[in-house]
Amino acid sequence: MNISDSAQSSGPSPRPQAATLEFREATKRYPGQSEPAVNALSLTVPAGEICVLVGPSGCGKTTAMRMVNQMISITSGDILLDGQSVRERRPAELRRSIGYAIQQIGLFPHLSVADNIATVPRLLGWGRERIRARVDELLELVSLDAHETRDRFPAQLSGGQRQRVGVARALAVDPPLMLMDEPFGAIDPINRERLQNEFLRLQREIRKTVVFVTHDIDEAIKMGDRIAILQKGGHLMQYAPPAELLMYPANRFVEDFVGSDRALKRLALQRVRDVDLWRAPLVRAGEPTAEARAKLADSEVPYPLLVDGDGRPLGWLSERGLAGERVTEELRSNPEPRIELDDVLRDALSDLLADEAQYAPVVDERGAVQGVLSIEILSQALQTDPDQVPSGADAP
Amino acid sequence: MSLLLAQVEIRDRSEDTCVSENGFCPDWIVDNFDRYVDPFFQHVLLTVVAVAVGFGIASTLAVIAYRHRWFVNPVIQVTGILYTIPSVAAFFLLLPITGRGFVTATIALVSYTLLIIFRNILTGLDNVPEETKDAGRGMGLTEQQLLWRVELPLALPEILAGLRIAVTTTVGLATLVFFAGAGGLGEEIYADIAFKSNVVVAGGLAVLLAAVLDGLILLFQRALTPWTRAVSAG
Repeated sequence: MNISDSAQSSGPSPRPQAATLEFREATKRYPGQSEPAVNALSLTVPAGEICVLVGPSGCGKTTAMRMVNQMISITSGDILLDGQSVRERRPAELRRSIGYAIQQIGLFPHLSVADNIATVPRLLGWGRERIRARVDELLELVSLDAHETRDRFPAQLSGGQRQRVGVARALAVDPPLMLMDEPFGAIDPINRERLQNEFLRLQREIRKTVVFVTHDIDEAIKMGDRIAILQKGGHLMQYAPPAELLMYPANRFVEDFVGSDRALKRLALQRVRDVDLWRAPLVRAGEPTAEARAKLADSEVPYPLLVDGDGRPLGWLSERGLAGERVTEELRSNPEPRIELDDVLRDALSDLLADEAQYAPVVDERGAVQGVLSIEILSQALQTDPDQVPSGADAP
Repeated sequence: MSLLLAQVEIRDRSEDTCVSENGFCPDWIVDNFDRYVDPFFQHVLLTVVAVAVGFGIASTLAVIAYRHRWFVNPVIQVTGILYTIPSVAAFFLLLPITGRGFVTATIALVSYTLLIIFRNILTGLDNVPEETKDAGRGMGLTEQQLLWRVELPLALPEILAGLRIAVTTTVGLATLVFFAGAGGLGEEIYADIAFKSNVVVAGGLAVLLAAVLDGLILLFQRALTPWTRAVSAG
């Protein structure tokens, strides 16, 4: 992994990649309250996975997260980090080894971006050069221009930039575990989606164990390798990968919480490249008509798709285009919508519906046609067993 | 009292001059400016020492009160009472204990700075955003580290605002410490309170001192808190 390698090269500290986190009957009871805030929560987060704690407000999800780094003390039960109880460690020292990002970000307003990110490295006594190199590396990692951003104050950044700095700060010492409490909650929808995607891309590189708290089931489905649905009082209702949750909700509460559109939500878990596409009857202008007709007979699509020399779609060919000896450029319609291999099925479906199309060409990064996606394929995907469904939208 | 307030003759009224007509006399000021130099520096010393000692005491109290809220009200009440004691009365109350002079004057002046500085520091600390403290603790700062690295730096604008009020107030109050025999510009003002040139020079120096000290703290504040002027560039 490039990050830990380069961090290691600038200092000789052994750093774990990711930790296994285990809640063992972890309970939080506040004095004077009859019901515990978190009630005997037991679940294990495998190393390198994102576990999303989700539920309505007051369900104890944030409390459960904050018990991990002892920001809230555990009343009974235990939480183990790589087999070691968090209760055995001094809180300050424990927290320095766990990344911490919250919704309000909490950047220190009086410190520059670089000094903010350097907070934990300084607490751990890193040298100046090592810190400087790490700061620049982290800014790059979260897609910020290090040169431009380093010396700014938080007030000089946009909301999205601040959130990125918050994530960089949480990652500063490459902790094996990250706690994230609604980290993208205060961001506008467009930027939130970008930050979510960026974080998933980042996570593919860094493979941290992450506890991610949100109240938004769609965010949970998108971000989680596993989702823990909590009910008021910190009762665990179901702990499962997103597809399983959507396919087989354990009870009425989960069913209601994931929503009546859970079948549609499952489409957000799969990408176009994950399903079997129809073969596209690709023809080029000047090609013998007989060949084109042969391809058409072989395909589920009723019209040939005219492409250019690089395989990029030009449009669906009309009957007149096949009238002569050779294919002529007589189009019946343009090739919209154009679906990309990396689109999730839900977006692809939305594109098809928006264009009132039954099917559409799927193109790769260079724009070349890779196949055809149809409403029919999508409806088949909805009937797929969740075992064959990747556990998260981030899966390759 | 009569001894203390005895008017000292500092002008010659015998001839028909600007001085005897009690005008504003630049010539007299130039000739007599030396008499104001020592009292001026006494005044500076009194002010700086009083505010420095007051800041030391008030900031200690404020930090304790910030961590232990029950301590806030007793401190406000005691410093509030100190604040309301008329300064001249305070000098006479202290005379039997500390005698006449610099110490008595300083004790009285310090007691007037406490309430202002204490309240401003506490307000500054209370205004530190909750999420900033939460993030600091969550990253593993101890309470002590949080205080010195985050809370006090963020409270600086309020702390320094309190210091500015304390300094200007103290410069004013220090014009009365000659009652305690501690000199200062007040002694010169009361030396001939009816003589305009004298009052203008001695009083003017006090006002100038207040303005200069206030400006110095303001410069200091600008240098220490660059983030307060950082505005969004994007």
